[in-house]
Amino acid sequence: MELSEPLFRREHARLIAALTRIFGVHNLPLAEDVVQDAFCRALEIWKVRGVPDNPAAWLMAVAKHRALDVVRREQTARTFAPEYGRMLESEWTLVPALDEAFRLSAIQDEQLRMMFTCCHPQLPEEAQIALVLNILCGFGASEIASAFLASRAAIEKRIARGKKMLAASPRLFDLADSDCRARLSTVERALYLLFNEGYHGTDTTVRGDLCHEAIRLGSLLLEAPRTALPETFALVALMCLQAARLPARLDAAGDLTPLLEQERSRWDPQLIEHGLSLLDRSATGDVLTPYHLEAAIAAAHATARSVDDTDWRQIVELYDHLMEAAPSPVIALSRAIAVGQRDGPRAGLDALASIDETDRLGRYPFYPAAIGEMQRRLGDVDAATRNFSAAAAIARNAAERRFLERRVSECSAATKTTPP
Amino acid sequence: MSHFLYLYRMTEKARQDAMGEPQRAQDNMQRWIAWMHDLQAKGHLKDGGQPLERTGKVVRGQQKSVTDGPYTEAKDVVGGYTIVDARDIDQAVELSRGCPILDGGGSVEVRPVMKMDF
Repeated sequence: MELSEPLFRREHARLIAALTRIFGVHNLPLAEDVVQDAFCRALEIWKVRGVPDNPAAWLMAVAKHRALDVVRREQTARTFAPEYGRMLESEWTLVPALDEAFRLSAIQDEQLRMMFTCCHPQLPEEAQIALVLNILCGFGASEIASAFLASRAAIEKRIARGKKMLAASPRLFDLADSDCRARLSTVERALYLLFNEGYHGTDTTVRGDLCHEAIRLGSLLLEAPRTALPETFALVALMCLQAARLPARLDAAGDLTPLLEQERSRWDPQLIEHGLSLLDRSATGDVLTPYHLEAAIAAAHATARSVDDTDWRQIVELYDHLMEAAPSPVIALSRAIAVGQRDGPRAGLDALASIDETDRLGRYPFYPAAIGEMQRRLGDVDAATRNFSAAAAIARNAAERRFLERRVSECSAATKTTPP
Repeated sequence: MSHFLYLYRMTEKARQDAMGEPQRAQDNMQRWIAWMHDLQAKGHLKDGGQPLERTGKVVRGQQKSVTDGPYTEAKDVVGGYTIVDARDIDQAVELSRGCPILDGGGSVEVRPVMKMDF
């Protein structure tokens, strides 16, 4: 029996959820110890006896058994989850309580509440995401550090501070709470940031995982009536439609291919189909959120057979709405590129020139790169080269740098072949 | 061919570190499984052996005094054993070099099983 790839990561998240349900979130370190103990036992036994047929059930049985020990032993020394009250004190009710906590639906419910708890508005967004990744996705500090280009020590500190804050209350966030709606927005934003971190990151080993985890957690939101709102459907649709392009976005060598040049046969048809059906389901109610608009843009790309076949007129309109709903220089940049596709490079350059607050794009390599692209199409190769070089100089990672340097060399090759 | 006993030893800290984060746990498990598979595929695995709990009792001396043991956190404790078939001690040692416990700072003690037929 082989190990399925994310077994320990997935089970870590599920076991932590079940154990904190019993122990209370203030006893998170205890839950982590129990999970680690179960993992150590798994290594010791599986290495000599082989992996059992159902390794997830095996780990769960071991963790449950250990939890029973812990509750019996520390009954007087600790307080556990207030929801269980006195149920943990009597042997008659202790075992059924544990069985209940380890039920699949209870684990799912617990993960949802944990997600809301991690996205505490008093925590900075990067701490929220680090906690979600650590507690709900089973990522270690070193993996989170490599995804965020931060040091391991910094991430460990961030997680420790966040956990301290969670431990201040033994209760997890209650979805029946009147704050649920407001907190949902924070959760959604954290998931979208997590997704973008994966989508734009360059560590190829972690990248796809982050996107996948953001979609998985978003899908959990869709399974609970209180959180399955139209905007949640739109967010998950958006993430699926964008994730569908991942296989074409980076090649085997880790080189970046922009949307306009991607081989569309490599897009994931299942994710596109799923994304489109979620987008359909998001079209209820009377609120049009930025997630709806961004998902509609992603859908327009996903359903176009080629760049020429793309409905650029519709995409520009969607960007116009997005600029009203959630204006930002990066959205304006994307809009200008779409204008360039619709009306030609001259119009694209004008649209780029009319972006407000371009100083906020000062560290964003795709702004000069977009200008360079329009100039290249207009035949102004010298100016294009200058802009691509400027873009390469502020590239945020190796893949971006290689891509932009390739543009520079393509331009200079073009100068050599065209007579003055 | 002769039989050799591999005794796996490591400290409690090394044991926990090996499975400390899910990804590391996954990697370690995979390497152990691969190593065991390899021993088996090449016909060296006589008996996969048994894992041992890290604590128990030690009965000692004429007084037959009973203490808890093995003791301290820092000490290498036997965590299990495996019996392999090898040509000689050199080959048994060579085979043990692939054991993942070594990368985690643990050790494999290789002991020939005494032959009964002279």
